[in-house]
Amino acid sequence: MKKSFVIAATAFALSATAVTAGDVVRMGTEGAYPPFNFIDDATGKVAGFDIDVGNELCARAELTCEWVTNDWDSIIPNLVSGNYDTIMAGMSITDERDEVIDFTQNYLPPEASSYAAMSADVDLTGAVVAAQTGTIQAAYVAESGATLLEFPTPDDTVAAVKNGEADAAFADKSFLEPFVSEDPDMSFVGEDVGLGGGLGIGVRESDGELKAKLDTAIQSMKDDGSLNALIEQWFPGNSGF
Amino acid sequence: MFEYCADPSLLSDARWMMCYLTSPKHIAFYYSFGTVLGLLAITAPCALLLGFGGAVAARSLFWPLRILGKAYTSMVRGIPDIVFFLFVPIALDQGLEWLRHHAKCSDWTEPVRQGNDFVVCPQAKLPLNSADAWVHDAYSVFLAVLAFSIVFGAFAANVLIGAMNAVPRTQIETAGAYGMTRRQSFWRILVPQMWVYALPGLSNLWQILIKATPLLFLLGIEDIVYWARELGGSKTRTFTYPHPDWRLYYFLVLLVFYLALTNLSERFFQRMMTRLSHGQATLGGEALRKAGKGGAAA
Repeated sequence: MKKSFVIAATAFALSATAVTAGDVVRMGTEGAYPPFNFIDDATGKVAGFDIDVGNELCARAELTCEWVTNDWDSIIPNLVSGNYDTIMAGMSITDERDEVIDFTQNYLPPEASSYAAMSADVDLTGAVVAAQTGTIQAAYVAESGATLLEFPTPDDTVAAVKNGEADAAFADKSFLEPFVSEDPDMSFVGEDVGLGGGLGIGVRESDGELKAKLDTAIQSMKDDGSLNALIEQWFPGNSGF
Repeated sequence: MFEYCADPSLLSDARWMMCYLTSPKHIAFYYSFGTVLGLLAITAPCALLLGFGGAVAARSLFWPLRILGKAYTSMVRGIPDIVFFLFVPIALDQGLEWLRHHAKCSDWTEPVRQGNDFVVCPQAKLPLNSADAWVHDAYSVFLAVLAFSIVFGAFAANVLIGAMNAVPRTQIETAGAYGMTRRQSFWRILVPQMWVYALPGLSNLWQILIKATPLLFLLGIEDIVYWARELGGSKTRTFTYPHPDWRLYYFLVLLVFYLALTNLSERFFQRMMTRLSHGQATLGGEALRKAGKGGAAA
């Protein structure tokens, strides 16, 4: 009895459609990490590289998608408890995250992470380095021997460097680049570091069908060069990839 | 909003500011003040009702009800608010979805818990994935109101129990001597007179409730604190309106808002206190009587 139930359940799981046609896929993002995702002044809605790629993927996979913003800290717990169906929030594919959720293939190759500081002669080994909580950059700083100062939003990390609370901020280079180029006092210090396996779309481990659809769509965007065009549009002249 | 806002980089400072302050993002910020006030307006009566129920239950002669009332007040008051705010909405949301899942998708054989995942059938989702954005917002506000009401209801229950015990016992005895039942003397003698004793405690709770609204941000509701942080953070040229870190000014606005709200409610409670003190055997009531304002009613 029990065994037949298990077999039936497995058969059903294989045939079940987690996402039925016409159903809405809710896309979780942070909305605080320009140029990946941010709230656009002109519309009051989310915009950015993640959003452009996500919308194109949805069109190709014939899904109706709706964007939802969520705090970075609770972005994975809210995915697994079903508040939304995907995470596209500049999230790098890492082994730790992969134990909890699944990732599609990457839609952005691994990017360099950099240190931004107010003076060029910061000794990074003994410095106080600001990074966003729960990011690969925070994990890296903790390992590097520098003193890690964690903040809930990426913007806070830059603010901490500007007001002297931290010696340097450590984040994706394309996030820090506008801050460094607009503030003459700020500069990149030390070596760039390659972290993570590129940006992937996070989905629930039980949502294999959605993952397959997105994977196919990403592949088709890679094949026809439209993904590269978007990367060029949002990260012009970035040599970090 | 204005025609000339199309390209803000060309504008003079005053016009830039006009455009900046009327951007859709700022409109959302202004709306969120309404969200906070609305939440307060709904939560306060709910919490008071729950508190009244808790107080009545804790004083009940029927022991299971009494235990329930006491367990509610002491448990909720003993748990840190923030834990409660993280626990109630998630537990409640999953509980409701689980119930709907069993009611609507009885032919669904996959387990609801698969490893880390909490999976219910699409029809059981609350709200449905296809629902409008405002339904999702309303639902999370509903969960927030519930969490706030449960927490503040427990505190209110304790205040009301104290107030009920403060009403002079002779009043109840006299009611009994006039032949009133326990129920009659409760509703006609005890409840009308307890408010004057409850008011200081309740006004405290209200002030704490006002200050607790930033917890909304934890529940994913885009309240005034969320927008102040979002708008105030430094903006690079990726944005239409680049500016340095202006969080200080935005938080200053919130400071003024919360102070004004506190001041208004302080005045309201002062008036209430004067009204309720009429004819009461309290210091306040005595002062009113001597001033010749409240003697006749007593």
